[in-house]
Amino acid sequence: MSVKRREKDLTLLEKIYIPEIVKGLSLTLKSMFKPKFTLKYPEEKFIPPASYRGRPVLVQEKDGHERCVACGLCSRVCPSLAIEVQAAETELEKERYPEKFEINMIRCIFCGFCEEVCPEEAIVMSKDYEMAFTNREEAIYGKDKLLVPVEQLQDRIDFLRKYK
Amino acid sequence: MTIWEILGFALLKILVIVSIMLLTVSYLVYFERRISAWAQNRLGPNRVGWEGILQPFADVLKLLLKEDIVPYQANKTIHTLAPIIALFVAFTTYAVIPFGPTINVFDYSIPLVVADVNIGILYVLALTSLGVYAVTFAGWSSGSKYSLLGGIRSSAQMISYEISMGFSIGGVLLLAESLRPLTIVETQGQWLWNAWIQPIGFITFVVSAFAETNRLPFDLPEAEPELVGGFHTEYSSMKFAGFFLAEYANMIVASGLIVTLYLGGYNIPFINIETLGLPAWLPVLIYISAFLFKMAALLFFFIWVRWSIPRFRYDQLMSLGWKVMFPLSLINIIWVAALIMIFNL
Repeated sequence: MSVKRREKDLTLLEKIYIPEIVKGLSLTLKSMFKPKFTLKYPEEKFIPPASYRGRPVLVQEKDGHERCVACGLCSRVCPSLAIEVQAAETELEKERYPEKFEINMIRCIFCGFCEEVCPEEAIVMSKDYEMAFTNREEAIYGKDKLLVPVEQLQDRIDFLRKYK
Repeated sequence: MTIWEILGFALLKILVIVSIMLLTVSYLVYFERRISAWAQNRLGPNRVGWEGILQPFADVLKLLLKEDIVPYQANKTIHTLAPIIALFVAFTTYAVIPFGPTINVFDYSIPLVVADVNIGILYVLALTSLGVYAVTFAGWSSGSKYSLLGGIRSSAQMISYEISMGFSIGGVLLLAESLRPLTIVETQGQWLWNAWIQPIGFITFVVSAFAETNRLPFDLPEAEPELVGGFHTEYSSMKFAGFFLAEYANMIVASGLIVTLYLGGYNIPFINIETLGLPAWLPVLIYISAFLFKMAALLFFFIWVRWSIPRFRYDQLMSLGWKVMFPLSLINIIWVAALIMIFNL
């Protein structure tokens, strides 16, 4: 069996180790004074960029109605079967609206398929990442929790228009 | 001084030093965590008290409340004995390290060292060799393969690095012509420190001290990835804390030794504070703080190295010990001997 020489030929300066050790030490010393990545979480909060996929929410128009037309595509595409939509008729121009719209946040995997498939830009991923529940009933978010005014979601909608 | 006075002063010094050491050890753990965090662009523990200043107490409380588990296969007596040996060795070694000059208080002349013995360095060498037993016993008595491997590794490592450590001390002893730590400090004087006179010996001693205290890059006995903690895998609660304390206490002892032997002990370079005409108590305080400052710097260095340099492979460790450190320390002795011959130091 041929023995493969794996070690690189070191120069004398490298073989003495000490200059190399000093180099390594100076690197860590420098990084000690760099700004830290960690946030002091409950006091300082992470503000995600527009590309962040947080909790999926329904867009609420300025007149107070949801944008959703209850086509059910999101619930069809959802890989973890987290979304349940029940449609009903309305006098508004869009003719249909979701009577019941529920996302089970225990099932949701934040894949963003619902947002991608939505023809009306009615369901988008928000920047909200603070979701904690103490029981399973609480984890099922109804329309009351899902509806978010459109102004708060504007940069995500802009991001989607640019990159989707 | 009567025997009772001597005993009283010794007890007082022991009390002060042991309590300071325990406090320093707990804060070393805290600083280790903070400094490691800073080196990795993190913040580290900063919740308990102001900037996490009470973290050590929380840690100790947590360890005290943990269940003390002894494995079924373990040899109970030796399993209990090992952390005790480790702690005993770590704390008693400090007895001969002087942290200040002799002071005169109310007709008493008190040397600021627990035991001013004339074979101090020999005592240190003897006790640090005893430290191997703690790790080896712990590894063997746990009845676990990983612990045993850790114990064996540590005994091999400590024996091989003790040789270069002993020989590097040889250079210091040649210059000081004494084994008494106070004399060694005094002969180094204000700026003629051994670190400048014998840089090779200084480096070999520092490297051996890292190996002796099982600190990274030589922490093979407790290498987490291969040995899941090594010799203290099977320890929990206060027994584990004992090893932990001993490791950090060893660090303090090692840096105290380095300061004493190579960095001029409590001496301050450039300024002769005896001639400044300060009140009598002030120079002593300055000397003590100089010693503590040097020690703190070295302790920071210990931690800093740990978070910069990766662990050696086992064969690299052995070949470094026998093929590099040992010859270098011999060269150092020859160098010092030549200096003495040429300059009549």
